Amino acid sequence: MYKQVCFFALILLIAACGPNVDAPLPILGERDVAPNGDTIYRSIPNFAFVDQDSQLVNNATFDGKIYAVDFFFIHCPTICPKVKANGLRIYQKFLNDDRFMLLSHSIDTKNDTVAALKRHADKLNIDAKKWRFVTGARDSIFGIADDYFSIAKENPDAPGGFDHSGRIILVDKNRHVRAFCNGTDAEDTDRFIRDIERLLKEQFPANK
Amino acid sequence: MQKILILSLSLAIFLVFACGGNQYPSGARVYKATCANCHLDDGAGLGALIPPLANSDYLIKHRDQLACIVRYGLADTILVNGIRYQEQMAGIPNLSEVQITNVLNYIGSNWGNKVPAFRLEEVRASLQSCNSLPTQDTKTKQ
Repeated sequence: MYKQVCFFALILLIAACGPNVDAPLPILGERDVAPNGDTIYRSIPNFAFVDQDSQLVNNATFDGKIYAVDFFFIHCPTICPKVKANGLRIYQKFLNDDRFMLLSHSIDTKNDTVAALKRHADKLNIDAKKWRFVTGARDSIFGIADDYFSIAKENPDAPGGFDHSGRIILVDKNRHVRAFCNGTDAEDTDRFIRDIERLLKEQFPANK
Repeated sequence: MQKILILSLSLAIFLVFACGGNQYPSGARVYKATCANCHLDDGAGLGALIPPLANSDYLIKHRDQLACIVRYGLADTILVNGIRYQEQMAGIPNLSEVQITNVLNYIGSNWGNKVPAFRLEEVRASLQSCNSLPTQDTKTKQ
């Protein structure tokens, strides 16, 4: 009898605390209400950067797709390799899914030239069509980091000269931020991969 | 009394094995704090950017250079398991000889490596001859 009660309680607990995998991911960030009562969600502004193949990367690059974003620099002595390793797992997982892309911004705009980014991406054996490594005007990169809820700024006292977060951010087809994870944490990245799958299901209902 | 002693002793031994405690816990701590960010927790490295420490032939072939690399870093091109790595590695100058010994032993006994254990004297001797490092596998070979 006791065993049965315990079992039942456990099931109840799992049901109550378990994530509701069918609910849509929230839209993150500040929101406003339009005069007509509609909610206006914060969205990613226009941007234009250059990738490892000297190709223009802007909002149109991700038209009709969802994408994951992070901020890094090549000579980063701290968290970047861990974030890259987890990013590579995401990349591998969705390698053949054209509905999903990745976008990495270099925050070391002085040193991480297009050629340097190219070399970096090649050494990771990355398909430039799938994962864009971009550089651009320093202020534009630092500015858009805010829109992705990420930290990116110069700090001579920080290792490597920059402060930055190891976050990976998920953006939907409507330029809304829908999820993020701590890119240095493998388990959190696993949860993030499931979030990507959820968002794909939500935004591409007709597909598989 | 003796019974309790034996019991607690065997419990302690059991715990060490049960928790998968490795032989070099302090080396593991140094690794996590100073190496794992780049070489990753499982020593896998990263693509052709950061060489693996797991199953690494470099550890065997360049045993006498390892302590120097930990302390002073690396600017040479090196060959690890047949793959060329050219990125610079920053040294970790604040590690003591003991810490370097521990971390080398941790790396050398994990992830498929079977590097014979380092002794402090050996590491100390290696560190004293760092400047006369032969530049092996350097760009001249390309």
